Amino acid sequence: MTVAVPNTLTDAVQLLEEHPSAFLLGGGTDAMVEINDGHRRPDEMVIALNRVADLRSWRHDPTAGTVTIGAGVTYTELMEEPLASLLPALAEASRTVGSPQIRNAGTLGGNLGTCSPAGDGLPVLAALDAEVLLVSSHGRRTVPVQDFMVGVKRTSIEPGELIAEIIVPLRTGWQGYAKVGVRNAMVIAVASACLAVDTDARRIAIALGSVGPTVMRCPDAEDHLSNAVDWSSGTVSDDALGEFARLVSAASTPITDHRSTADYRRHAVGVLGRRLARRAFTQGATT
Amino acid sequence: MSNEVFTLRVNGIDHDVADSWLGESLLDVLRDRIGLMGSKGACTQGECGSCSVMVEGSLVCSCLVMGATAVDQEIVTIEGIAPVGAPSDVQQAFVDAGAVQCGFCTPGLVMAVHDLLERTGSPTDTEIREELAGNVCRCTGYGRIIDAVQQVAVRRGGSA
Repeated sequence: MTVAVPNTLTDAVQLLEEHPSAFLLGGGTDAMVEINDGHRRPDEMVIALNRVADLRSWRHDPTAGTVTIGAGVTYTELMEEPLASLLPALAEASRTVGSPQIRNAGTLGGNLGTCSPAGDGLPVLAALDAEVLLVSSHGRRTVPVQDFMVGVKRTSIEPGELIAEIIVPLRTGWQGYAKVGVRNAMVIAVASACLAVDTDARRIAIALGSVGPTVMRCPDAEDHLSNAVDWSSGTVSDDALGEFARLVSAASTPITDHRSTADYRRHAVGVLGRRLARRAFTQGATT
Repeated sequence: MSNEVFTLRVNGIDHDVADSWLGESLLDVLRDRIGLMGSKGACTQGECGSCSVMVEGSLVCSCLVMGATAVDQEIVTIEGIAPVGAPSDVQQAFVDAGAVQCGFCTPGLVMAVHDLLERTGSPTDTEIREELAGNVCRCTGYGRIIDAVQQVAVRRGGSA
């Protein structure tokens, strides 16, 4: 086994070209748990990506209306201004990840690479229609995040590719993230949701975590709420919110496991959806 | 690196690490290869914080860092916080406040408190609880730990 610590994206991609089965290590907060437990034992090559300078920065493109985040940007960095004000739901989700120690190490690219249905950054990326930029020695391609996440810890990444950047469209309306767990901190989501309002398009997006094999959007619930909102006053009726919660719960496909039951998750995610919608449309944040 | 020997810079001193499995955590390398026993290992999954160290100025769980990837980085462990016999203000405050029971979580907590007070000069109790959420004390002596943090904040503020 060898360990490589490249400093540039070019070097990282070259190493991956030479060792297509290399194990890509982001912040280590998921991978090292498996390695420490003996559930994973990299035997050929580990390529550590946390010092690839090209992956450690982010940029705001006002013309395109996007923020492009390097895969190696940590949760701590996602919580800092001015990024937190550009993407408040992502900052909010990041704040719920683990502890300061975990947030200093864990990265958005690692969240995608692991692709746990409970990954806290992923409902935000899904609700905002983010795209993932994959780079290999043969070129680059962008994949909508919903197509990138194909199952429990399964992605559409190909051998020889690495996650370079995440391109996140900016929205004009309120956005937020909510999560249920057994503690306030240091907890993996039992259920989670991100709601994002696009006031320009008069659309509401909601994505759910921990209630299916992968993060999911809820087209029926989104259509219902987008039509039910009075966009001129930025308000919505309680009845419409109740129906929204029902449709969110109906869209979920949770399982029972050691963290919770399917029934509880289905109920909880509807509550989270309604709570987020209420925040969006009673706090006057729709302008 | 492509061989089984690498060098880590810990508390300002270079240590050659030989004969390790390269996938070992920094915690295991610190304790078993270098012989620095101050960082504790309990959960080995980042839940308990007893292995907290600083890498390049960032507080991390050393159990979640692959040791061989920390080459060319400044690593500070509890042994690097203050010399034996001359405790740091945080260590002294833990003693004064009675914030130590069995002591197992103390090194990690001291690392986390130093980091917290670097970033937040006068934290509220809520901020302290939130910032120390990754450090578990199973004697559940949290009240006195918070007292210790507040003591340091006051003393540092007073001397500023």
